[in-house]
Amino acid sequence: MADNKDTIPAPLTSEQRRKVLLGMAAAPALMVPGVSFGNAQFPTAKVNTTKLAVTDTEVIVGQLHSATGTMAISETGSIQAEQLAIDQINAMGGILGRKIKVIKEDGASDWPTFAEKSKKLLVNDKVACVFGCWTSASRKAVLPVFEKENGLLYYPTFYEGLEQSKNVIYTGQEATQQIIWGLDWASKEKKAKTYFLIGSDYIWPRTSMKIARKHIESVGKLGSVVGEEYYPLGHTNFNSLINKIKVAKPDCIFAAVVGGSNVAFYKQLKAAGITGAKQFLLTLSVTEDEMLGVGGENFAGFYSSMKYFQSLDNANNKAFVEAFKKAYGPKSVIGDVTQAGYLGPWLWKAAVEKAGSFDVDKVVAASPGIELKTAPEGYVKLHENHHLWSKARIAQGQPDGTFKVVAESAELIEPNPFPKGYQ
Amino acid sequence: MSFDEIYNIALMQGFAGLSLFSVLLLMGLGLAIIFGQMGVINMAHGEFMTIGAYTIFMFSSLTETYAPGLMQAYFPVAILAAFVIAFGFGWLTEWALIRHLYKRPLDTLLATWGLSLGMQQVFRSTFGPKEVSPTLPDWLMGSWSPSEGLDIPINGLFVLALTLLVTGGVLLALYKSRWGLRVRATVANRAMANATGINTKRTDRLTYAIGCGIAGVAGAAFTTIGSTGPTSGSLYIVDAFLVVTFGGAGSLLGTVASAFGIAQTQSISEFFMTGSMAKVLTLLLIVTILMIRPQGLFASKIRR
Repeated sequence: MADNKDTIPAPLTSEQRRKVLLGMAAAPALMVPGVSFGNAQFPTAKVNTTKLAVTDTEVIVGQLHSATGTMAISETGSIQAEQLAIDQINAMGGILGRKIKVIKEDGASDWPTFAEKSKKLLVNDKVACVFGCWTSASRKAVLPVFEKENGLLYYPTFYEGLEQSKNVIYTGQEATQQIIWGLDWASKEKKAKTYFLIGSDYIWPRTSMKIARKHIESVGKLGSVVGEEYYPLGHTNFNSLINKIKVAKPDCIFAAVVGGSNVAFYKQLKAAGITGAKQFLLTLSVTEDEMLGVGGENFAGFYSSMKYFQSLDNANNKAFVEAFKKAYGPKSVIGDVTQAGYLGPWLWKAAVEKAGSFDVDKVVAASPGIELKTAPEGYVKLHENHHLWSKARIAQGQPDGTFKVVAESAELIEPNPFPKGYQ
Repeated sequence: MSFDEIYNIALMQGFAGLSLFSVLLLMGLGLAIIFGQMGVINMAHGEFMTIGAYTIFMFSSLTETYAPGLMQAYFPVAILAAFVIAFGFGWLTEWALIRHLYKRPLDTLLATWGLSLGMQQVFRSTFGPKEVSPTLPDWLMGSWSPSEGLDIPINGLFVLALTLLVTGGVLLALYKSRWGLRVRATVANRAMANATGINTKRTDRLTYAIGCGIAGVAGAAFTTIGSTGPTSGSLYIVDAFLVVTFGGAGSLLGTVASAFGIAQTQSISEFFMTGSMAKVLTLLLIVTILMIRPQGLFASKIRR
């Protein structure tokens, strides 16, 4: 629905804001002495040599998610978490003495719109970095823009891997940290030998299942694939598929169904008598966010492979959950991607402070090796390949809609976006 | 695989087809009245279904908070409410928008599409962008298992029963009631119907509102199968138009036959090939048949 973009009033206001800011930047001499006092240590001319939207008191960043359209369901959590992190950083005094100001753009679940808006943020607004995108399709659409304009994108979603860019920091997990670890667990703990792969019909599920099949059949030698099926986004009738599953009788249903289809899939599994008590199912696409729609009673007993669950028991996470619920209401839930979105601004802050500069090249150079001891998922570290070292976890859905963590990788898993033998 | 298992799978697969049939028929029925009988291309049909679905969600939330004891009983009442609320909105829409456009059928397409975008935004502002699911009563969940290895989904049975009830009601009303007589007279010849003393404006408004009400019931029923979000309606609209057009606009029996044909083709081919290929095959069949019979399966006999 490309037409949605006409309804968003943001461009006008941000245009005005930019003019005001440029005016401020051009006339620092006119400013009251003392306003820039806090930045004597980090003068603007020094921390910003590439004409980014950085003044003595402010740094402007962009946020690019779908606030409207079919992906709004999933992306809202990321928008909220990124905003929360930015608010918290501002309350602590900002970055290099500057408050973060956000320009929000709406990708409207439409990939060309994402590309257009990212160009606007980088070329017109000169933002210092962008937190955004959710689906792989939207990331692929903005990638050429970020590489051409030398922008910096913090991308929060777990994804299929097979990508690495100087201009992107991936705060979610790639395939080896989620798919392969999950399958190994299924094989070891649940003794699964036969697998039925099900996904929505677009790039992420298809690539994920390709990796899964390779791992099951050749690389990991876990057993065999007895079925592989894809359904269009928005498909809501799974009865025939369920009968096929009943014929194939797999040890493990491995699912990556997304969006509205997800809900229909689990409701109909339950209605067809396939429940957690009778069948082992492992999914890559049900977090606390999806659970709201799916309903705990339909997912009870099934397993989800993620790096973060809201129920994680550690002090960082307790503080994060409390702050999130305070900001967005007691009924709000936090899924895997929401937490990864929350990491973005903090990773950026650490990198900027390490570099002592907002320049994209310097921030990128400073990024590898950045650690976050305060991450809700526990400790994370940024790898040279721009992905995070993080733990993998498996949790079981409970009837009340929460997750109970049943397995956790012993060590942080090294990110490896180009695993050998999977191409 | 033993004979018993094959028999059970065949039975369940047969039911899967029936279940898809009832879903398609229920979503096409309201549209068959509005598009088929009145010629209004109602792009907001899906949103009226969403109104029904959100009604169920509101009833479920309210019951859960204020009268948890009634959780097992709220569903039928909520379905009636879904009809009433969607009916009311339909009535209002006809008065404010549609009645000015009867002579410009193509403009109704634009006007109702705008309406659907507006309604989606209202849903988003009111209920939030996240998808919701009402808490269903226990008797609607799980499966009915008459023998080992045979599971018939109860929500599917429920939707099937509701579809039969609504379809029967509509057929009866259209062919046996005064309202039905007035509708058919207005469709056949508006000027003459006016001359014989039928208030065609009132008839139009009532017809449109009933079509919307049925859409509300359909949306309500689908909460047992899928989820509800602000844009859920757009998932249904294509299938709904497909069913009505293929059946032949203006013929309710055509809608029934077309829903049955599409559902069985889709469901059987889905069992033997991948989901996407099954959809391709079904659509190819529909296109081929529509090329041979552009008026659809059953055309109403009107002198043109």
